[in-house]
Amino acid sequence: MADKINYKQVFFNPFSKNNPVVVQILGICSVLAVTAKLEPAMVMGMSVIAVLAFANVIISLIRNTIPTNIRIIVQLVVVAGLVVIVDQLLKAYAYDVSKQLSVFIGLIITNCILMGRLEAFAMANRPWPAFLDGVGNGIGYALILVIVGFFRELLGSGTLMGFQVVPDSWYAAGYVNNGLMILPPMALIVVACIIWVQRSLNKDLQED
Amino acid sequence: MENFNIFIRSIFIDNMIFAYFLGMCSFLAVSKNVKTAVGLGVAVTFMLVITLPINYLLQTYVLSSGALSWLGPEYADVDLSFLSLIMFIAVIASMTQLVEMAVEKYSPTLYSSLGIFLPLIAVNCAILGGSLFMQQRDFPSVWTALCAGGGWGLGWLLAIAAIAAIRERLATYSNIPKPLRGIGITFIITALMGIAFMSFLGIKI
Repeated sequence: MADKINYKQVFFNPFSKNNPVVVQILGICSVLAVTAKLEPAMVMGMSVIAVLAFANVIISLIRNTIPTNIRIIVQLVVVAGLVVIVDQLLKAYAYDVSKQLSVFIGLIITNCILMGRLEAFAMANRPWPAFLDGVGNGIGYALILVIVGFFRELLGSGTLMGFQVVPDSWYAAGYVNNGLMILPPMALIVVACIIWVQRSLNKDLQED
Repeated sequence: MENFNIFIRSIFIDNMIFAYFLGMCSFLAVSKNVKTAVGLGVAVTFMLVITLPINYLLQTYVLSSGALSWLGPEYADVDLSFLSLIMFIAVIASMTQLVEMAVEKYSPTLYSSLGIFLPLIAVNCAILGGSLFMQQRDFPSVWTALCAGGGWGLGWLLAIAAIAAIRERLATYSNIPKPLRGIGITFIITALMGIAFMSFLGIKI
């Protein structure tokens, strides 16, 4: 069975057809909290890709020695170790962003995407496909983060990555930033719009 | 009185779902009917009430800088705070497993109604989030931690019960565009409720 895994599908499915955020509805908390600006959203996305890929590989390597009763604790400890490394690295090399992300780097541990992929994929597959699955799902997650972050920063602050994009002449003509976009509830509505667009393009995903 | 204020604050103003958006995954997944939603809410409240005081004691007597000074003067400048994430999650995961075993042994009826949710709780961000907020805010005593835990738990219960009730009605009485059915409309309702809950921000207690 292990030989028949389609690596390409494992890697590319999470981008759209099986996206962890908008199809499997995992890891929503951080999508809402860190996407008010584009930059923290990208940093968060990269952190999750790294943690997910390595956690998948490690769990996949030791999958045959973990007793089923305590597997959740083992998985959490592996993930927590990796998250601490990411947290310390960010504090050392990107202190401002790490301040903005505050508790949400720590909350990567309880990001359901991690537990979901570890349980569903890494526990049953060899390290290489597990690595591809981790990177694929991480990118699928980061993709949504970046889209949401892009719209919220553009409409909410008129900037992208901290640079102003909405020209001054617009403001002079009466254009006003939409302050509501900065508030966390609007992230939910932006995600809902992404779900709407994606499901009208892909009829298989619609619910009754 | 101080602690009571924190309790009320944690339910309404610092509501885990509508103010911080923590614990959304299980919130969205298990809110299809009121009965199961309340079951999960009770379980979350229970875990918050147990783990927050334990993590508070860990934080004060083991983890924070200089906390180990009760072992002797040579430990006075040990700072283990970088380990706090691992310690907190280990406490939460092992408490979940312990509670699951205890409930299974002593109250099979409660276990069968709550059973599937218990393992889910270890990865509910609201629980770990509670501990991390506790660490950030420097609570003065273990009772404050207990009250905050109870308040956050009840707030979460309130939120999931409310959304489940709305979703039950929605399924029968409304005509939503097809691609938005199910999870899409739930996102929008949650956002609207979140905006409504923002009005509590003006209250000072």
